[in-house]
Amino acid sequence: MKPLTIFDIAGRGMAAQKTRLNTVASNIANAGSIAGNKDDAYRALRPVFETVYPTFQKDAGVSTVDTVDVERSSRDPERRHMPGHPLADADGFVYATNVDVNEEMVDMMEASRQYQNNIEVIATAKNLILKTLSVGK
Amino acid sequence: MRIADISLSKRDGKAAMNVLDKFLQPHGAALQLRQKRMEMLSSNIANAATPNFKAQDIDFSSAYRNAVTGFGALETTSPLHLSHPGGGVAEVRYRTPLSTSLDGNTVELHVEQLQFSENAMRYEASLNFLSDRINGLRKALKGE
Repeated sequence: MKPLTIFDIAGRGMAAQKTRLNTVASNIANAGSIAGNKDDAYRALRPVFETVYPTFQKDAGVSTVDTVDVERSSRDPERRHMPGHPLADADGFVYATNVDVNEEMVDMMEASRQYQNNIEVIATAKNLILKTLSVGK
Repeated sequence: MRIADISLSKRDGKAAMNVLDKFLQPHGAALQLRQKRMEMLSSNIANAATPNFKAQDIDFSSAYRNAVTGFGALETTSPLHLSHPGGGVAEVRYRTPLSTSLDGNTVELHVEQLQFSENAMRYEASLNFLSDRINGLRKALKGE
């Protein structure tokens, strides 16, 4: 990977946080979904972040972040006894998604704050670069 | 010890002795170091949610001392020797977190934000000093 500039670093940080926000949105949208068996139940999505170093600068303290994978939560879906439900199995059970809405809200706040932090970094860097361009004028 | 190459722009021996260079170097060196540090701090901020990421930083005052004294310069005893002005040595260190997190990440956003804004402010200060020196020089040249 080529050497990183501050815009690469913060830009990819923003991309990673946006992926995280997207998974949160998917999870919240599916928070009420119900399935007829355990395997079909919606499982919460979680992005996996990894640090990326530029090839020749691994020790220079400069790095950015990448989303390497989006995993499904391994927590079991909730089993509910609802005999009247059209999707209920032979024993009258349905399987609700394992999304925890509170957890998603916390994740959403954190992702949004970290996205804002990266924006702030870019804004500050841009400001300083513009000032540097006009030095001595 | 890990050494980051943050050497100032490559200069040959003669140019380094240049009067102008000497006049502007203290603030120029500070600006380049501040910029490198800003990249490191933004790396920390970008990795605020990455498991096992360890926040890194440099000790500015020692790095600056190395930069202005030309620490690490290569001595040449023959014109055929390669020369390097030195001054590009800064030790990259890991930050010790005030409170640890379960995922092994040592980025504390408030710390990074504070360091980042302080660094940006000091960058701007150095920029102003440099600008003043250039303006002063220009005034002297014009003889107004």
